[in-house]
Amino acid sequence: MSRRTISGAGPFAAAPVLTVLVMLGPVAAGLAGTLLPAFGYLPAAGLDAVSLDPFRDLADWPGLWPAMRLSVTTGLAATLLALGGVALLFAGWSGTRAFRALERLLSPLLSVPHAAMAFGLAFLIAPSGWIARALSPWATGWERPPDLLIVQDPWGIALTMGLVAKEMPFLLLMALAALGQTDARRRLRVAQAAGYGRVAGWLKAVFPGIYAQIRLPVYVVLAYSMSVVDVALILGPSTPPPLSVQVVRWMSDPDLSMRLVASAAALLQLALVLGALALWRLGEALVARLGLAWIERGARARLADRVLRPLGVVSGGFSAAVILAGLAGLAVWSLAGFWSFPEPLPRGFTAQNWMRHGPGAWEATGLTALVALASVGLALALVVGCLEAEYRRGRALSQAGLWLIYLPLLVPQIAFLPGLQTLLLVLGFGAGPGPVILGHLVFVLPYVFLSLGDPWRAWDGRAGTVARALGAGPLRVLLRVRLPMLIRPLLTAAAVGVAVSVGQYLPTLLVGGGRVPTLTTEAVALASGGDRRAIGVYGVAQTLAVMVPFAAALMLPALIYRNRRGLHG
Amino acid sequence: MAEGLRLEEVVICQGGAPLVSLDAAVRPGEVLSVMGPSGVGKSTILSLITGSLAPVFHFEGRVLLDGEEITAKPAEARRIGILFQDDLLFPHLSVAQNLAFGLAPGGSRAARRARIEEGLCEIGLEGFGPRDPATLSGGQKARVALMRMLLSDPRALLLDEAFSGLDQGLRAQMRRLVFEHARARALPVLMVTHDPEDAEAAGGRVVDLGSGGSGG
Repeated sequence: MSRRTISGAGPFAAAPVLTVLVMLGPVAAGLAGTLLPAFGYLPAAGLDAVSLDPFRDLADWPGLWPAMRLSVTTGLAATLLALGGVALLFAGWSGTRAFRALERLLSPLLSVPHAAMAFGLAFLIAPSGWIARALSPWATGWERPPDLLIVQDPWGIALTMGLVAKEMPFLLLMALAALGQTDARRRLRVAQAAGYGRVAGWLKAVFPGIYAQIRLPVYVVLAYSMSVVDVALILGPSTPPPLSVQVVRWMSDPDLSMRLVASAAALLQLALVLGALALWRLGEALVARLGLAWIERGARARLADRVLRPLGVVSGGFSAAVILAGLAGLAVWSLAGFWSFPEPLPRGFTAQNWMRHGPGAWEATGLTALVALASVGLALALVVGCLEAEYRRGRALSQAGLWLIYLPLLVPQIAFLPGLQTLLLVLGFGAGPGPVILGHLVFVLPYVFLSLGDPWRAWDGRAGTVARALGAGPLRVLLRVRLPMLIRPLLTAAAVGVAVSVGQYLPTLLVGGGRVPTLTTEAVALASGGDRRAIGVYGVAQTLAVMVPFAAALMLPALIYRNRRGLHG
Repeated sequence: MAEGLRLEEVVICQGGAPLVSLDAAVRPGEVLSVMGPSGVGKSTILSLITGSLAPVFHFEGRVLLDGEEITAKPAEARRIGILFQDDLLFPHLSVAQNLAFGLAPGGSRAARRARIEEGLCEIGLEGFGPRDPATLSGGQKARVALMRMLLSDPRALLLDEAFSGLDQGLRAQMRRLVFEHARARALPVLMVTHDPEDAEAAGGRVVDLGSGGSGG
């Protein structure tokens, strides 16, 4: 008698392969397209002498050291502060009503585009921003905006603050997902029963389990913060800028030979990120060793709660306050008439700004929506294919598979997108929405996968067994039973994907060759001009472009299945 | 004996080690109760029969339905009905749509509608067709699940702790209904349960997997 199993992914077997290809193909091709010019090889510009000259030119640039230092310090500081803030918030408050409130407040803020957040923060802290207005002239004595470099400070403090505020909601949501699998509530109860303070007990008994699961997202935050371009253009210093911003400047130089230096700098940026990740990994080991020693000493640290718990709520509140007040600032500026310093509000509100900039923003919204919907549609099809193949094979995603999904988020965009642009140029592909859609797909896919994966796997497989027993084939089970039952997570994943696509700056700019103006590229382009009313209009439009899909994802299932209570639990 | 459900020297292995084995035959209209503590692999046998065995398991032996081997057939072609502890009505479909999902294909629209309404009458739920399954009581849901399965015209019936989710009073009533319908249609029934009362009510033979191995 032969040994048999029942298996086979059928037509879905191709989905994982295709997904990896679509997701990692551009990364690999882009890295190759960066590597060759970095060593002087760029036949498209008539340059084919392989040499180290691009690196020499890079070393001769006087801004190199400050640019590298900025990338490393802002990246590490932003990641440490965001992780520390989230850890303190959880340690001090998880399970409380205050925590639930902050969680509800922060979750939707995750989707706010980076550029909109950065503009909002700039409007708050600028010398003529809301904070200065609120304190003037009674506390500061300022009758006119002071001549201070607060935004775009040379140390990158504003940039770091912006990144902390924006990355905290991301880490918070990732940690929340991990919380369920850590039995956190009971672990904390055991620690408290043994006399530990809340914060110390949580850090000792729960945090190690959580961190093990959010390690990859933390790496993503580090790699992203070190190499971000749009936020750095708005909040970071400009002479010299962080390294990634300088790469973009060189890339847009009409002199094609500057691309050689840009490529060399992009490789350097990649090396910096890899080095920082290695450093972080070492730091993890060190903290683990110190933490174990701390645990072995058995200190109950009950008094620390008095300081650390308020700090936790302050850090969570900081993120929410910065983003919400920033968005409010954008909205007020978009409607502002005459507004002189130090008045806290404009003299009057007007629709004129919207009349002037609305049509342009509306046009950009069309392209934004086209790119977002196309890339999200493709991503959903591929992800559902992957998950269905995984389900039919009865094999869960391996650790290696998870790394593959995170890979496009770990390799800095600035390291491979210039190469991809050069490659498209060499291959003679015209810039347009097509390549941009594929470029966005690289970053939309991981988030859609991560968003849909858990609910997909949590689906009760017995519903499938029953449907098959009733005579439905596997495809009918998928289309008629599983997808409709998962309508809510499907739409949420789609909204997450749209938010990711809408917020993309660099892929749109570089892969689109500057000829696919979306809300984000248009908004960031306004940064240098300083027209606050125009920035307000574009910032609000950008935020609406991510919020409307989320609202639809919430409302559509309730509408389609308004008489189906079982789907609304 | 060709008629009915037959498990021929079935052994299910996990990671090379045998998990559970059963050699049994169930005649049409007969109920065979398989008992044993949880974790003994009772439900795994049922997933082999329905064709939903997870790939981590391997098996030896054959499953025959009315003399025909079904182990290589896709799940949807086996015509094996199954009821679980939970009703598993599809939450996005109305009661009538749930029944329509089960009803074997073919026939005019009017004929299918009539057949569904007839089915609702049989379980005492006339006029419940447009209802949201989530608004039904536990007993009503269980009856709809039974009718959905019967309308698919199965040739055998599997019960996977099918009565464990119901309260005491409802349980006896539901048992009677299921066994009556199975007998009327001359279906072989394989029931997996940990509740001796279930086996007693079924009145058929009992195999105890907990007390060391196979029987039948």
